[in-house]
Amino acid sequence: MLDDRHGDAFVAFEHVQKSYDGQTLVVKDLNLAIGKGEFLTMLGPSGSGKTTCLMMLAGFETATHGEIRLAGRPINQVPPHKRGIGMVFQNYALFPHMTVGENLSFPLEVRGMAKPDREARVKRALDMVQMGRFISRRPAQLSGGQQQRIALARALVFDPELVLMDEPLGALDKQLREHMQFEIKHLHEELGITVVYVTHDQGEALTMSDRIAVFNDGRIQQLAPPAELYERPGNSFVASFIGENNSLPGVIEEFQGDKALVRLDGGGVIDATAVNIREKGQRTTVSIRPERVEFKPEMMPPGAHTIEAKVAEVVYMGDILRARLAVAGSDNFVMKMRNTIGQTRLEPGQVIRIGWHPQDARALEPTA
Amino acid sequence: MANVALDPHAAVVSTASGGPAALTSADGTPLARALARSQRRARRRAFLLVLPLLAFILITFVVPIGQMLQRSFYNAGFSANMPQVSAWFAETERGTDPDDAAWAALAADLTAAAEARTVAMVGTRINYDLSGTRSLFTSTGRALRGGIEPPYRENLLEIDQKWGDPQLWSVMREASRPVTANFYLAAVDRARDAEGNIVQVDERQRVYTMLFGRTFWLSLVITALTFVLGFPIAHLLATLPLRKSNLLMILVLLPFWTSLLVRTTSWMVLLQQQGVVNDLLVWTGIIGASGRLQMIYNQTGTIIAMTHILLPFMILPLYSVMRTINPSYVRAARSLGASSWTAFRRVYFPQTLPGLGAGALLVFILAVGYYITPALVGGSSGQLISNMIAMHMTSTLNWSLAAALAALLLAAVLVLYWVYDRMVGIDNLKLG
Repeated sequence: MLDDRHGDAFVAFEHVQKSYDGQTLVVKDLNLAIGKGEFLTMLGPSGSGKTTCLMMLAGFETATHGEIRLAGRPINQVPPHKRGIGMVFQNYALFPHMTVGENLSFPLEVRGMAKPDREARVKRALDMVQMGRFISRRPAQLSGGQQQRIALARALVFDPELVLMDEPLGALDKQLREHMQFEIKHLHEELGITVVYVTHDQGEALTMSDRIAVFNDGRIQQLAPPAELYERPGNSFVASFIGENNSLPGVIEEFQGDKALVRLDGGGVIDATAVNIREKGQRTTVSIRPERVEFKPEMMPPGAHTIEAKVAEVVYMGDILRARLAVAGSDNFVMKMRNTIGQTRLEPGQVIRIGWHPQDARALEPTA
Repeated sequence: MANVALDPHAAVVSTASGGPAALTSADGTPLARALARSQRRARRRAFLLVLPLLAFILITFVVPIGQMLQRSFYNAGFSANMPQVSAWFAETERGTDPDDAAWAALAADLTAAAEARTVAMVGTRINYDLSGTRSLFTSTGRALRGGIEPPYRENLLEIDQKWGDPQLWSVMREASRPVTANFYLAAVDRARDAEGNIVQVDERQRVYTMLFGRTFWLSLVITALTFVLGFPIAHLLATLPLRKSNLLMILVLLPFWTSLLVRTTSWMVLLQQQGVVNDLLVWTGIIGASGRLQMIYNQTGTIIAMTHILLPFMILPLYSVMRTINPSYVRAARSLGASSWTAFRRVYFPQTLPGLGAGALLVFILAVGYYITPALVGGSSGQLISNMIAMHMTSTLNWSLAAALAALLLAAVLVLYWVYDRMVGIDNLKLG
């Protein structure tokens, strides 16, 4: 499917590899096609190769092997200033010796634009991020959030079709970060630009992206829209990296189509959906989201297998109640319940039976 | 009022009068005094800690320099030892021919000075302005040991005809006033004629203005050279990985750890006409054996050796500034469409200006006062003003003129510093 898209993809990585020292590969055989107007997030822990990929796309690193294409044109040999890609940096990188207006005017000046045109463009870009009043300030006189907006306006002022963002919200506090997430998303929709966004914050990735590429160990582990990534993780790394997750080790006992019966190491049999496990008797790790765990029989499908659980602790978190359960030999099994009026209040020490819809429990490859 | 009364334990606000109320602490003493008292101990201790340094600076720096500067406008070498003739000079107009009273005063002063063995000191003072007069004073002093009879004029002229020289009397008149600007005039190649007008000295004696000019010009050239050579090295230092940059840093600092004399003499070995560089150039056939270059004992030698010695003073401030410049600035400029040269010129270079200013100021000020290197490798055309100051300190013993030259140098540097402050702002200076 990936290869089909490469033909008309706006940005394409083809068999891209990157090594800094000639000994190890930081990026191992990357294939990725990004459509025009798409908001794609590269998500992963630090050292997973996501930033390296962004830097290769921007032109600050060269690919050791493979080809990168922008609008069908190979750009491996094109210097950064001729790629016409807007970029927002983690530390904003606003030029400290220039005013806000000069910062925004810079990309237009180097393109040889006449002064009246420049002024009109700068004004429009600043109004777009509601920063028109700050045109003559210096970056040091602005707050972190304001600098962020200026950096965004500067990356957009010369109308690039592709904008790269390298953890642009990392330095902001939580509330401001959430606000800016929506603002960036709206700008993306309004302007119809293609955005490649790098972050290690999975919440940010889920909120903003059309598709998310989860990076680990120099490879894309899964490339999918947020909902699919969250609800149907393709392997154990994605399941544990995105959101909170319970994992139960066991052995496949029986297949019924996509469904599998798993005998847990700690005792008990559960229903699961087989993902990347294909053989009977194979070891597996079953992954279940805490909010999909049920303890009321009427919420489970008929004939669902249940296992015994003992409540170890219940934490009141406002909107939800978070119960830690002892299940199948592990006492780190988490169940989340909505804090509704009629919600059953569990007590520590109480013994319940838990179960789930089979599609919510994903039988993945065993973790080490 | 409301915000100061927030902490009831710390301060009580008296609101009786309705005017601006003075704050008092809980026991009724004014708050300002209570604060001063509470901080007095810490302040006293801090002062005691810096006291040794303060005393050291005062004794070894401020007092000697102050005394030296005082010599530049105050010299009592004549007036203190020749009181009577000084008094006559004070009473008469400039240009008055010496009368009998003047000759009598001169004879009495010379006799007294000869007895007190200060006549040589007087002679030295007059010799500053009129060379060859020191021996006049000492020989006359020897002749006067037996005393002198009137008529004084004739008898003195008999000892030496030079006593009748009107220029000598004019010079003595100038020297009779201990506070004088004459040393400053001499330092800019000016002197007073018999009528007291300020005139340029004889063309062959005009050296100081030329030397000041040469000193500032060479310092400027050396500053520019250290910038051209040091900027790429500083950039390399700031961007290389730590292990390699440490090695490079050692190479940069190596000249600091070698004796100045060793460094300068090694330049001599390299640059002299039969030296390594010339041999190499002849060997490779770039120059003929007869065309060996004169690279030392002239201005070229001074420039090469001083640029080498002062290079670290440019590199270190530049490095410390460049290290703090995040590479993402240049990346941002590149991504915004600037070529690497434009990114350097518009984004990187302006951010290095504080380091450049500090380095340039440091190198320039050091170069202006440099002494050993030009003395060793400068020849005659590479001498700087500091060599002249040293000469007046050690061989002609005209300390007053040396002090005046030094004071002018100091003033010029201070003016430069002021100009820098006005143009760049001293707050932008980053030394490390």
